[in-house]
Amino acid sequence: MEKIIRNLSIGLIILMIFAPLGLLAVGETFGEWGPEEVKEKLGFVPPGLEELSDLWSAPMPDYAFAGGDESMTMSSVAYILSAVIGVVVGGGLLYFIGKKAAKN
Amino acid sequence: MHIPDGYLGPYTYVAFWIIMIPIWYYAGKKLNTELKSRQVPLLALSAAFSFVIMMFNVPIPGGSTGHAVGGAIIGIVLGPWAGVISISVALVLQALMFGDGGITAIAANCFNMGVVMPFVGYYIYKLISGNSDITSSKRVIASAIAGWCSLTIAAFFTGVEFGIQPILQHTAAGTPLYMPYPLSVTVPAMVAEHAFGFSILEALITALIFAYIQRTDASLFYSEKSEVQKNKMKKAVTA
Repeated sequence: MEKIIRNLSIGLIILMIFAPLGLLAVGETFGEWGPEEVKEKLGFVPPGLEELSDLWSAPMPDYAFAGGDESMTMSSVAYILSAVIGVVVGGGLLYFIGKKAAKN
Repeated sequence: MHIPDGYLGPYTYVAFWIIMIPIWYYAGKKLNTELKSRQVPLLALSAAFSFVIMMFNVPIPGGSTGHAVGGAIIGIVLGPWAGVISISVALVLQALMFGDGGITAIAANCFNMGVVMPFVGYYIYKLISGNSDITSSKRVIASAIAGWCSLTIAAFFTGVEFGIQPILQHTAAGTPLYMPYPLSVTVPAMVAEHAFGFSILEALITALIFAYIQRTDASLFYSEKSEVQKNKMKKAVTA
């Protein structure tokens, strides 16, 4: 059991270090276009889409520093930091919830 | 597969909040009754894994990018209800902190990736595995197929949710208010790119993690008992 947790954790850390590889995939994802891209495709932006699209400003939009410089190094740092935040906050939250919930 | 804000109209996103709130509540109850303390580290790791795996965008021919989710393997190892909680936590964090997936669409995204995937994954794995031994290689294949189906079916649901928008909500003149493309575009687009691309990655990841845990400690799997527990039960029956 401890061995599994240890080895999976090592695997996770390796994934986090290599996370910036995910930045190399350039291309659009179907249904995740910004309003500008929709306009390019259709010639217009559906009014509801435009209205809702800027409802929320995330602190680190698209796993990058907001308004920061967009060099590959900075992007990679921001991407790894995002992975760390995801692991620490997401994993931490579930560890806490799990500890409360687990009976035996 | 993270639907942003603006693609689903209020009819759809409100409906998904109404569907998801009782699902989250019930999943929480199940966690309270079913979770064993030795599974807690795995539960925490599962959300962390899912979060990081989703950051690995891979390109496919045709210019689209996407990613695996890990929904099937989490459903198989920890059970589908624990999968709901774990993937939902990762998705909510992605939406709030990183703007990946919309705020209004959180419930829809949690349904597609956090409910469809662990349930499809778990039941397809169970169905194919049948009564085979927990250590059999048949189960590795079952887990791979479960992984493939889970993401492909989740993509199908997402395609349907997109495609019903022009039917549900448009202006008097017929101009779509939200996702403009019809079902005939959204469903084939979502299903094809996943079936021939990202779902294959999902299948590989599922089988890899499955085979590793199977070889190391198969008693960790949801609803599987360890040899010690099995012997105890046998003794209890014969006594």
